[in-house]
Amino acid sequence: MSVVKLKRPELSVSDKLTLPALFKGFLVTLGHAFRSLKGKSRGAESLNGSGLGVTMQYPEQKWDEQMPDYYRGVPALVTDEQDRERCVSCQLCEFICPPKAIKIVPGEIPNEDPWAKVEKRPKEFDIDMIRCIYCGMCEEVCPEQAIFLRKDYAVTGTSREQMVHDKDKLYEIGGKRVGLVNKWNELK
Amino acid sequence: MDLTFLIATSIKIGLFFTIVLTFVAYSVYAERRFSAIIQDRVGPNRTMIPTSILGFKNDLKLPLGGLTQPIADGLKFILKEDFTPGHVRKSFFWLAPCMTMVPSLITIAVIPFMSPIAWDNGETTISGAIADLDVGPLFIFAVSSLAVYGIAIAGWASNSKYPFLGGVRASAQMISYEIALGLSIIPVLLVFGDLNLNRIVQEQSANGWLLLPLWNEAGMIWQSSYWENGGAQRWLLWIPMVLAFIIFSISIFAETNRTPFDLAECETELVGGYHTEYSSMKFALFFLGEYAAMVVGSALIVTLFLGGWSLPFGLDGLLVDDGAFPLWASLLHMGVFLSKVVVFILFFILVRWSIPRFRYDQLMRLGWVVFFELALINIVLTALLIAKPTLDKQGPNVFWISMAGLAVFSALMFLLAKTVDEIVGPGKRTAPKSSPATAS
Repeated sequence: MSVVKLKRPELSVSDKLTLPALFKGFLVTLGHAFRSLKGKSRGAESLNGSGLGVTMQYPEQKWDEQMPDYYRGVPALVTDEQDRERCVSCQLCEFICPPKAIKIVPGEIPNEDPWAKVEKRPKEFDIDMIRCIYCGMCEEVCPEQAIFLRKDYAVTGTSREQMVHDKDKLYEIGGKRVGLVNKWNELK
Repeated sequence: MDLTFLIATSIKIGLFFTIVLTFVAYSVYAERRFSAIIQDRVGPNRTMIPTSILGFKNDLKLPLGGLTQPIADGLKFILKEDFTPGHVRKSFFWLAPCMTMVPSLITIAVIPFMSPIAWDNGETTISGAIADLDVGPLFIFAVSSLAVYGIAIAGWASNSKYPFLGGVRASAQMISYEIALGLSIIPVLLVFGDLNLNRIVQEQSANGWLLLPLWNEAGMIWQSSYWENGGAQRWLLWIPMVLAFIIFSISIFAETNRTPFDLAECETELVGGYHTEYSSMKFALFFLGEYAAMVVGSALIVTLFLGGWSLPFGLDGLLVDDGAFPLWASLLHMGVFLSKVVVFILFFILVRWSIPRFRYDQLMRLGWVVFFELALINIVLTALLIAKPTLDKQGPNVFWISMAGLAVFSALMFLLAKTVDEIVGPGKRTAPKSSPATAS
């Protein structure tokens, strides 16, 4: 049977009189209001509501535990187990960055340094967080697994200068990251 | 025209004006909070007193629940740029907001906010209304219908298409519902036999509210003396009164331009309707005018149908001291009246967030085909019910014959209305039946 004939619902007498139907509507909205006042709105628990409706009140309550793993927050630089800066200042991220938020000044690693064979590390690494669009292309393009988008999202400042994350700030956010490929280590 | 009268009237003007304006400001706040909890949200709950801009170190963090929000809203309206577009007709553009706001505020003059205060052992009494007119409801209708001029002028003076459509819609809607509004109240006046709002409330205080006639001067509903003193007659009249109440409240909704009748400003079709071109304080005046009309409308419904300032079950009799109400009883009555008004405003808000907007032709049909006829029939029905004792004396069947006549009359009325609506009603008009133009 390919065609299923459905019967249209017919309007009852109370629907045709309009007023009883309106009062049914009032009951629906009032029901929501009472449940909302009691903090028992549908979904309030799973959405971690504040007790009035399903709304989470932001600065006091946060969504951090429910944040998904793929969340793209602020970009940050990381160090490896030996506290080596992973960034080799190849500037790929600077050139891929769509809004041109990243600025890198490359610097040489002196010969007496144990990591001399890496040759370069950034002298300066600035990300302008006013320009950044959190696209994650820097993370994708990085050949050294040095830049990652973290779950932090509340970037604030009272001036444009404060919104530029310099190298120290970026390493502070990123911290140490273990378990990555370490291609510059000595063979054992 | 003595000194007491002058002083009392100025105090009353100041007091009632302040009360109504506070109600207007806080009904905006109530609207936002109530709509929020209906939609499982929180609403504006964290406006604080910004003591830091007054030179204090920190903002005072009082648990006000956002109650200072109306002050912040008002400040925002005052501080915004008052922009007048270049293409408007300036003088009318400036006149329109005032013409919307002022009539709503003038109408509070005749509404009794409290019971009369007695002075000098009941020798002089001061009425609970600013002006104790003997034509209360008529005065309110006469003045409040002027508000539509403000809206129509705003639409015309804005000199652009959406405001114009909004203004036209508002005036058509007002004319349609004004008739139902005026006619629906006639049965109420027939029952009271009085047009003075204060005496209407006193009558309800003694003989039961119009929608709740559970007591009268003789006693409560469960006492036999209640039924011997015309209790049955009151319950018979209760049916047309409920009908009048429904028509009257719905017409008040249309009169105040609130959902489901806010076609004059519907955002989805007309951008902002008649106030599209307005900004800042001029827009705020329209906004406040709408809410003031809502407050006054609720006050009028409460006064006419729900006993105004009176307490239920004849409890007012206990407050009488030496044949008049003492000052504290009058203030208690004001509290009672205002709480009834608050309940009705909350009902207004509930309706706004429950019911979708009418389509324009449905709105006009409801006004002209349903409410106009219902109100007319209701008048005749009430008159017959009031005249029943007299008619019964003339013959055993006179009353029932007149009722049958009324039934025939109503059927004819609806038939006529439906026929006219079929021919010229909105949405029913067809294109002229000339032969379609052929391509030459």
